[in-house]
Amino acid sequence: MFELLGTTLPSRLFLGTAQYPSPAILADAVQASGTSVVTVSLRREMAGGRDGEKFWSLIRSLGTRILPNTAGCHSVKEAVTTAKMAREVFGTSWIKLEVIGNHDTLQPDVFGLVEAARILCDDGFAVFPYTTDDLIVAQRLLEAGCKVLMPWCAPIGSALGPVNIPALRSMRGHFPGVPLIVDAGLGRPSHAATVMELGFDAVLLNTAVARAADPVGMARAFGKAVDAGREAFLSGMLEPRDVAVPSTPTIGRAVFS
Amino acid sequence: MRVLVKGAGVAGLTAAFELATRGAAVTVAETRHSLGGNASWFAGGMLAPWCERESAEQSVLDLGRNAADWWDAATPDQVTRAGTLVVAAPRTAGELDRFASRTSGHRRVDEDEIALLEPDLAGRFRRGLLFPDEAHLDPRQAMAALHHRLAAMGIEFRFGADARLASGFDRRIDCTGMAAVDDRLRGVRGEMLILRTPDISLSRPVRLLHPRFPLYLVPRTDHHFMAGATMIESQSAGRVTARSLMELLGATYTLHPAFGEAEIVETGVGVRPAFPDNLPRVEARESTVAINGLYRHGFLLAPAMARQAAELVFSHDKPLEPANETDRQRPSA
Repeated sequence: MFELLGTTLPSRLFLGTAQYPSPAILADAVQASGTSVVTVSLRREMAGGRDGEKFWSLIRSLGTRILPNTAGCHSVKEAVTTAKMAREVFGTSWIKLEVIGNHDTLQPDVFGLVEAARILCDDGFAVFPYTTDDLIVAQRLLEAGCKVLMPWCAPIGSALGPVNIPALRSMRGHFPGVPLIVDAGLGRPSHAATVMELGFDAVLLNTAVARAADPVGMARAFGKAVDAGREAFLSGMLEPRDVAVPSTPTIGRAVFS
Repeated sequence: MRVLVKGAGVAGLTAAFELATRGAAVTVAETRHSLGGNASWFAGGMLAPWCERESAEQSVLDLGRNAADWWDAATPDQVTRAGTLVVAAPRTAGELDRFASRTSGHRRVDEDEIALLEPDLAGRFRRGLLFPDEAHLDPRQAMAALHHRLAAMGIEFRFGADARLASGFDRRIDCTGMAAVDDRLRGVRGEMLILRTPDISLSRPVRLLHPRFPLYLVPRTDHHFMAGATMIESQSAGRVTARSLMELLGATYTLHPAFGEAEIVETGVGVRPAFPDNLPRVEARESTVAINGLYRHGFLLAPAMARQAAELVFSHDKPLEPANETDRQRPSA
């Protein structure tokens, strides 16, 4: 169970809803993964108003909590408008805030992000900001009113996995009470397990499942990896050491040879 | 048997052909005043079931593998059997391996073979995949050819007609796509453009893989090329957006910089009807058989769906039952 912003979620895996072979496979993947939160983008789909309604109603029928996102927004204004539209369409004040700073790397524009976060938090949104692993930006986002942070572990869709583990570890250490959800860059279940072992509260991923040969099987695998990583973190892992330690005690031999 | 086919898109025309060849007296009613303007009109016309398998289910390959033969028989001289060439820019070359691992019916081609296949792409790509058994056609010409063939067979076409008023038919075939009353259907918007440049010739459809901006380019007559197509979860049939146009043109330019000098002949938008599993269905209700949900596979899957619908109509002794082949073939998760 995962307590987040006053809500109890049964799973620590969040799934994106883009790029699946079909909505039916998306629904099966959601089911198999046990996920309790899905994200959905609106920017491009709402170009003509509510023309994406049909797809959105399929998303609603998944029976999970919905975290709309502002994917594809490159400015504060676009992101704020999209967030307000999302609140109307899905009837939730949760918003995953993305303000993209670079078209090629899709890395967040952290300055625009902080500004948009302040506007939306003041407007009553629960803002989930998609950010880097920069501690100062994280601090500013919390000051802007965010109660949760979503650091990347690698660029969106790159499948690289955690490229800077010390930075993630440092982030976890600096914000012990803040829910931290690793968003973007996870490629395989072992990546998800790794960041969960570091003590992150949840992970969000999309491409690694949606573009897998079998999205349903991959969704199930990620669900297990997230659970395994969490349980490992709670159970206290051994730190690596240089000395071999036999699992069966050896008696009658010199200890310091 | 008198049969009314509602809709003169690819589903309606293929169904009319299958029914007429089985001896039905077919009338085709279309609300538009001429062929075209529907999703079929903006299609790419690739008969590429092996490539499509990358993101589609096995049944799309099973149902579509004979499509080229069907079109060849129904509309002689419309089908070009030259395969499909799949390439990727050097920076995203890993996409080729991913694509290859998800598909079958292809072989690797190197720089020299790409140059032999498509001389104008010589030196631009180190590696590619050739799907030799695939084919393509020009949807507009193929629809016109099929229309003429059907008219010559004595099939009556009523353009600008309200099919609801038509009476005296034993069976109705609903091929109205997005206009059908079906809550399960959703629209998937596709944007395309037609370019013309005498500087480049291609013999076959070329797919340029990219994790974000995939492109296919289908050669048509007189130096025309169809570039497509976006996939947006929206039923908006509004004009092509600047961003989509930019992405399509950017990808085309990546394929060959000479496309930078091409004329933009046309931009178009089609809204493809799709069921939640993105697979087509033939369903019977009372005296109506509906063909719908062809999604992005109209020309590829319409022949198989038309055949199923015709068989359903002529299964006299049995009451009409859903022939939901794609459901059966879809592995349960």
